[in-house]
Formats: sequence, C-alpha cells, structure tokens
Amino acid sequence: MDNEAIAAVIKTRFSEAVTDSGIFRNELTFSIKKEYLIEIAGFLKNDKDLCFHFLSDLCGVDRVETDGVFEVVYHLYSIEKNHRVRIKVPISSAEPRIPTVTTIWKTADWHEREAYDMFGIIFEGHPDLRKILTPDDFEGYPLRKDYPADRRQPSTLYDRYRKGKE
Amino acid sequence: MEAPVKTTHIMTINMGPQHPSTHGVLRLLLELDGEVIIKAMPHIGFLHRGVEKLAETKTYHQFIPLTDRLDYVAPFSNNLAYALAVEKLLGIEIPERAQHIRVLLCELTRISSHLLWLATHALDIGAMTVFFYCFRERETLYDLFELISGARMHTSFIRIGGIAKDLASGFLERTSKFVAEFPSRLNEYETLLTDNPIWKKRTVGVGVITAEDAINYGLSGPSLRGSGVNWDIRKSEPYSGYDKYHFTIPVGKNGDVYDRYCVRIEEMRQSNSIVRQAIDILPKGDITAHIPRVTLPPKEDVETKMEAMIHHFKLIIEGIRPPEGEVYVSIEAPKGELGFYIISDGSGCPYRLRIRPPSFVNLEALPKMVEGKLLPDVVATIGSLDIVLGEIDR
Repeated sequence: MDNEAIAAVIKTRFSEAVTDSGIFRNELTFSIKKEYLIEIAGFLKNDKDLCFHFLSDLCGVDRVETDGVFEVVYHLYSIEKNHRVRIKVPISSAEPRIPTVTTIWKTADWHEREAYDMFGIIFEGHPDLRKILTPDDFEGYPLRKDYPADRRQPSTLYDRYRKGKE
Repeated sequence: MEAPVKTTHIMTINMGPQHPSTHGVLRLLLELDGEVIIKAMPHIGFLHRGVEKLAETKTYHQFIPLTDRLDYVAPFSNNLAYALAVEKLLGIEIPERAQHIRVLLCELTRISSHLLWLATHALDIGAMTVFFYCFRERETLYDLFELISGARMHTSFIRIGGIAKDLASGFLERTSKFVAEFPSRLNEYETLLTDNPIWKKRTVGVGVITAEDAINYGLSGPSLRGSGVNWDIRKSEPYSGYDKYHFTIPVGKNGDVYDRYCVRIEEMRQSNSIVRQAIDILPKGDITAHIPRVTLPPKEDVETKMEAMIHHFKLIIEGIRPPEGEVYVSIEAPKGELGFYIISDGSGCPYRLRIRPPSFVNLEALPKMVEGKLLPDVVATIGSLDIVLGEIDR
C-alpha cells in the first residue's frame, strides 16, 4: 500500500483519534490521542492489509520548549507489505504517563525502559519498568532538554568508593 | 538441549562483565538450577555515553565522528546510515561514483564485522584456529581502511553529500586481490566448522527462536534471517544504488545458532561478490555533490579563492541548516536494521537524534532464547547474536 492508501484507512477508521497527519520526504506521520493508542496499535498490527508486525523503533521526544509536551514516537514497519508509518502520541510533560504497547509488540519492552530512563516517561502496565542505560542512582533524565549536556552527576564512583580509603 | 528441573536449590550467579563471551561490558544475572537457566536478566548499563544528547549540541557535520563509535567494528555502516538520514532531510542527491564507493566500503565493513564475529564466536565455543585465521583476513581489511582514511577503526570517511576524498592509489588493486582470495579463505573456515561434529553438537538446536517470535522481539539482520524471515533492507528499500547489484539473501530454517552461523558465512560470500561488482562498474566522476550551504568547497579552491574560503568558514562554524521536519532512515548494517531518526527545527543542530541500534534490540531476545536451556548454551547464543556493546549502551 502506498502512503495515501494507509492514510485513508487510518483516517476513516479513527477520525476522532487523529489530531494531525502529514507526509514529509515520503514518510507518513500521524499524531494521535493517548486514549486511542492501544486500540490503534492493535488495529495496525492485526489488520490484514496493514500488517505492521514489526515495531522498528520507539522513542521519546522532548517538545516542552515549543509545545509543552513530551512525544512518544512509534516507527512501524511491515515486513510482509514493505511499508512504514510513524505514530506520534503527545503526552503531558507534567504527568508523563502512557499505556505500554508491550502487549502488542514484545520488542517495546526495552525501548520503553529506555524512554523511561531517558525522559522519565511512565509506561503504565509495563512488566518490568526499570532503568536500563544509566546507573541506579543517576539523578535526572539525561535526554530532557532541561538537562544540561555538560552536567556531572553529584556522586561519582570516586566519591563513593575511593575517597578516604587512600 | 532441554533439561528437566531436578532440584529446589536455585543459585544466582553473575556472568560477565569480565567473562570473555560477553563481548564487552554485558553482565548477565542468571538464576540457575544446577546447569539449567531458570531466568536470565541482562544488565547493560556500564558505558552509556549519552551520544543522542551530544548530537543536540553539535552541528550535523560534527556528529559524523561520533557515529564511528557506536558499532565500532562497522564504522562505515554507521557513517552511511547517518549521512543518508541527513541527506534525506535535506533532499539532496549524491554522485554515482560516491554511491558506488559507499557500497564498496560498506560491504568490506560487513565482511570485517562478520569476521570479528566468526572469530570470537568460534573462540567462545572453543575453536581457536578460526580465531587466528579470521584476524589474519581482518588485518588485510584494516590495512585497506587505513590506506583510504588514515584510520584503522574510527574512519569517519563518509560525508553528508558524498565521501571525504577519492580512493587512494593502489586501493582498488589491493581490494581486488583480497576479493579474489577471500572465497578460498571462507572455504577454509567452513572446512574447520560447518560439518564438524563438535561444532554441530554445540550449535544445532541451541538458542532457537521461531520466525513469529523473532519478528515480535524486533530481531533484524542475520539473527532474524536465521529464523527464516527473508527481509533485508538492501532488497526491500534499496539505498545507495543497491538495486544495481546482483546478490542473494541467505535465509535459515530453524532459527538456531547453527543457522545464524550459516547465514553469516553465506552473507560474507555475497558481500564479496558485491565488492567485486562495485569495482567492475565503478564510474569516474565527482565524489561529492556540489551543493552550496551543504558540502565543503574543494580544498584547492579554499586555499586560492576568497569566496570559497568564506563559504568553508561559514559551513564549519555554523553548520548546515536543513528544513524543519523529521525523517527516519534505516540501512542493513552487519548486525541488522540500523536506523537514524532525526528531527530538525531548522537550526544548525539536530533538535532530536535517535539511533535505532540493532544490537540493543537483538540482545533483548536473549532471555527468550536461553531460559530453560543449559549454561554453555548461553555462551553459544550470545555469540550467535553478534552484539557490540558500544552500540547497545550508547
């Protein structure tokens, strides 16, 4: 299916959920409301014409400076039909909560843990929401825009293990 | 091998990060019942460098050397995926010759990456000779990389809009020589391993994952194709002119360690053939697109012409400014789907740059593959996934 056909299917079926859509550089993007995420994700995976069985990527985006929200972005691919779509879900940055899609794509597990670690987004219903890339006592969320790139963590390994022992 | 649970005595042990088969800083927390794995929990947070955050503080050109350091055994593939994403964002085309050179280098990288995999994977399982043989060939490839880029590992050779410089003299002759010899070397490895009963005992039926599960867990590259899914981005969404080359995609059947091994061995043969084709059809011409505000002017102009110097200066200091928008570009890296998702807000630095690393996603399926199996199978399975920790823990 080409981009227009996919767009038509999603728009007619979920007209109330889609807040924005567009094609840039031949890539199809949808912004949808959080409440419809699970329903839409399930439909995209199980519909026999769309067949989005492969979750290529899931990540967070910090849009607080411009829109005051976080976005969770899903890149879907269909190995069978060879087409792609991008789904974006804006969520409030004050209370970043979104349902997990691990029930639909198993691979979302680590991606969601990463987004939790990097942005502090809480994925409701995730089986094991722990940090994955940073140490347990890491303070702050490194990929948020308000986290300075040159910041040092207050407790370094040196402070914890070596100081006073030399 | 499936073994029944016999005792009630569960022991938790750490495997890695110093264990040689964990290929870097991976730590596995294993719950064992005798030798049977009840639960496997990978811990990967040991070297996170915050590359994605760094990207937001750098111009588009400045980020290229950082891509080398993701999957450091396949630097050209990382360079290429990033450059393709920025080029798509800008909407520019690059010259034929540059495209062919990119393909040539990426396939050499695939061979060198697979050689390192074969060497260490065989060593994990106990075949030492293969390790030395593979490193011998890999050395030849690294000499070639050094010849064209001046660096053996962190080459940073591909640029937005083309490549850094034209091929060094003698490169094509030496590559041709390598390409002519390499199939016989591959046969040597296969004589040692493919029909070897010990090798087969350690790999056949080990670390099995079905096609359906593999897709569900997001596996890609040879790890996915070992399960019988015929998906290769070079064929499904050809980039850099891959549609001009003749090659086949090897596919396994059972999704076990042995099939993934066979798939990668055959991939090296196909890559070798692609390199040969690239040398045969390499056209003459430019190696970079000449696009003002994107690509640097030729070096000799910078030294002699004022306009070129100003142009050069502005590009280095301010960087390029792609239009507002977002793109996701993925390529078939040696380990699988390597994707770059870039959001541009029209300024000189990416607003958000996200890397979709194949090793990270492939490793996620490890517990699924080893739970209920024996401890030595973990070693074989990790090797068969071909992980690089630099890419997992960005």
